Amino acid sequence: MAWFAFRRARTGADPAPRHQWTPSDRRLRMILTPEGVSVPLIVASRGARAAALLIDLFLISATMIATTLLLIWLGAGMSTIRDANKESALGRAIQALIVLWFIAMFLFRNVWFIWFELGPRGATPGKRIVGIRVAGRASDGGGGRLTTEAVIARNLLRDIELLLPLTFIIGAVSAGTDVELAGWAGALWFAIFALFPFFNRDGLRCGDVIAGTWVVEAPRRKLAQALSVSAAATAGRSTTTGAQYHFAEAELAIYGEYELQVLEQVLRDNRPEALAEVAAAICRKIGWNAGSGDERAFLDAYYTQLRARLESGMRFGKRKASKFDG
Amino acid sequence: MSTTEGSSASSLAGTLAGSLSGTVSGWFGRSRAAAVADIETAALRSDRFRLAREGDWQRLEAIVARIERGRLRGLSDDDLLALPVLYRTVASSLAIARETSLDQATLAYLEALVQRAWFVVYGPREGLGAWVRRFFGGGWGASVRALGSDVLIALALMVAGTIAGYLLVAGNADWYYALVPGSDGDARVPGASRAALLATLFGQQKQEGLSIFAAYLFSNNAQVSILAFALGFAFGLPSILLLVHNTAMLGALLWLYHGQGLDLEIVGWLSVHGTTELFAILLAGASGIHIGRAMAFPGDRSVLDAAAQAGRRTAQVMVGVVLMLIVAALLEGFARQLLDSTASRLIVGGFMLVFWIGYFFAWRRDRLPLGEDR
Repeated sequence: MAWFAFRRARTGADPAPRHQWTPSDRRLRMILTPEGVSVPLIVASRGARAAALLIDLFLISATMIATTLLLIWLGAGMSTIRDANKESALGRAIQALIVLWFIAMFLFRNVWFIWFELGPRGATPGKRIVGIRVAGRASDGGGGRLTTEAVIARNLLRDIELLLPLTFIIGAVSAGTDVELAGWAGALWFAIFALFPFFNRDGLRCGDVIAGTWVVEAPRRKLAQALSVSAAATAGRSTTTGAQYHFAEAELAIYGEYELQVLEQVLRDNRPEALAEVAAAICRKIGWNAGSGDERAFLDAYYTQLRARLESGMRFGKRKASKFDG
Repeated sequence: MSTTEGSSASSLAGTLAGSLSGTVSGWFGRSRAAAVADIETAALRSDRFRLAREGDWQRLEAIVARIERGRLRGLSDDDLLALPVLYRTVASSLAIARETSLDQATLAYLEALVQRAWFVVYGPREGLGAWVRRFFGGGWGASVRALGSDVLIALALMVAGTIAGYLLVAGNADWYYALVPGSDGDARVPGASRAALLATLFGQQKQEGLSIFAAYLFSNNAQVSILAFALGFAFGLPSILLLVHNTAMLGALLWLYHGQGLDLEIVGWLSVHGTTELFAILLAGASGIHIGRAMAFPGDRSVLDAAAQAGRRTAQVMVGVVLMLIVAALLEGFARQLLDSTASRLIVGGFMLVFWIGYFFAWRRDRLPLGEDR
């Protein structure tokens, strides 16, 4: 895949984007931390949020069913106690179980989201699985502090966004052809709430608007290996063949930062066929004739020397975005 | 990622293994000698920069991961004290790396790490426990007072709804069936005898399953009031309709008992839980109207800001509403059936009303309402 990106860059007139790994610049927002460092936040896609919601709903109903079954089991266990004098006590115990059931259902329905979103990860289990979280949205469109009130507010609106549209639409559909006009009007009215995230560019649902929150991606990355520590990278010497790779200024000047990033991706993926293809492409371009079998060392050396050249240019304020950049 | 790293590691020579051990040793903050040796071997200045600092980065990552897993207690004091310092260190590493390094993987790692640490460092300022203490210790009342004139608007609507319901049914008794959702066999219908109506008010101490009834009432009422609040999002109009509709039912009921001269009895019967429940509905409706008004007339603020401010302010009113409805359901399920005289019912109902008004409006502390932007 990285190789195709490489090739497209050679043929297309597309200027090299700086953040080529971010999925879409349309969802990218830069927020300024109090330290003055801008940090990218990526607004979660609507599909990811829908998936998270479905997972949560599944988990909630599973917990509800499990709780119900547990209480029924307890109740059945109690009613096997046959003792005439304990009749009223037994009745009370069953009553207590039913009360417990009502309370548990209410809590699962209303507190599930609030409880998890107030946790340190700001995400329900469903959101964690798809890798998104709730965050505060400041008035200037940047990042704000997520408060307890905001989490409560955003979840109190779930009823009108989810449950009411569903009941109305199911009602309208099940009524068939002789559905009243009012039924359709109601369904349409509530569809506006349900489809609210599609009408704004931050994907805010009604609850997000009320609470001043938004849902963003929560990426977790492992620190990848430093690339300029191998023998080929440091000395330009291959450990397998002993060949010495040193590139002249003109041979490095043809590529820019975009090509460097693609090359970095190829090196990190470390797939032999991609390495061979890219090495051949570079050799063609700079007029070298390197033999096959030593692509990794060749590319390590080329990457390090190209990056050294571009980074030293960077320190002097001279950047080359891509090979089309003068 | 780890498998590709593994295979690349095998193709790379011994220096790399040294760097790996340096990474691990940096992680545990022990010997730095190995790490320093690695830094020398890196060819690029930006990679040397990275190798010199990645111990700090990974320590921050470990601390943040621990907090995210909710294991704050297991964190040592050293780590907790180091967290803000490390966060600033890594933030400045990111700023420098952006200007000096073209290593995309490292930049992406730093951006993700700074974001995660930012959420932890600038996360919710207090736990749920502290919030609850602040809520009962004046925050609840302050948020109710912050609704201001919207409480009066909601009150006026409820009074108007009651009067409208009464007048409608008085004009045409058929309205009663439209306003009060009746069930079969309910004695409370127009034309019922005085004795039949009295029987619905008194003498039900023996009734079974009061606690189930209370629990059912609570979850039902709570869902309705959450609805009244949530509908405030549509500029408050549905909240108003919901308030009027529910109180019209009350007016119809009052008319029914008034016809048989049972005014004081029905008021007593209703007041046991009604002073709490109607108060809760009043606050839920007022919250809905508050949001609706803030969105319709945002003033100098943007609509989004106005809505967010109103929403955060009313959120804790709604938590209070749910708590009030629990109290109301207990009163309705137990106290009303167990207290069998109008006088005792009026005393309990009146006491609850005085208690709520006193708690919300008379008992003040010099604190900002919860959720205000400070």
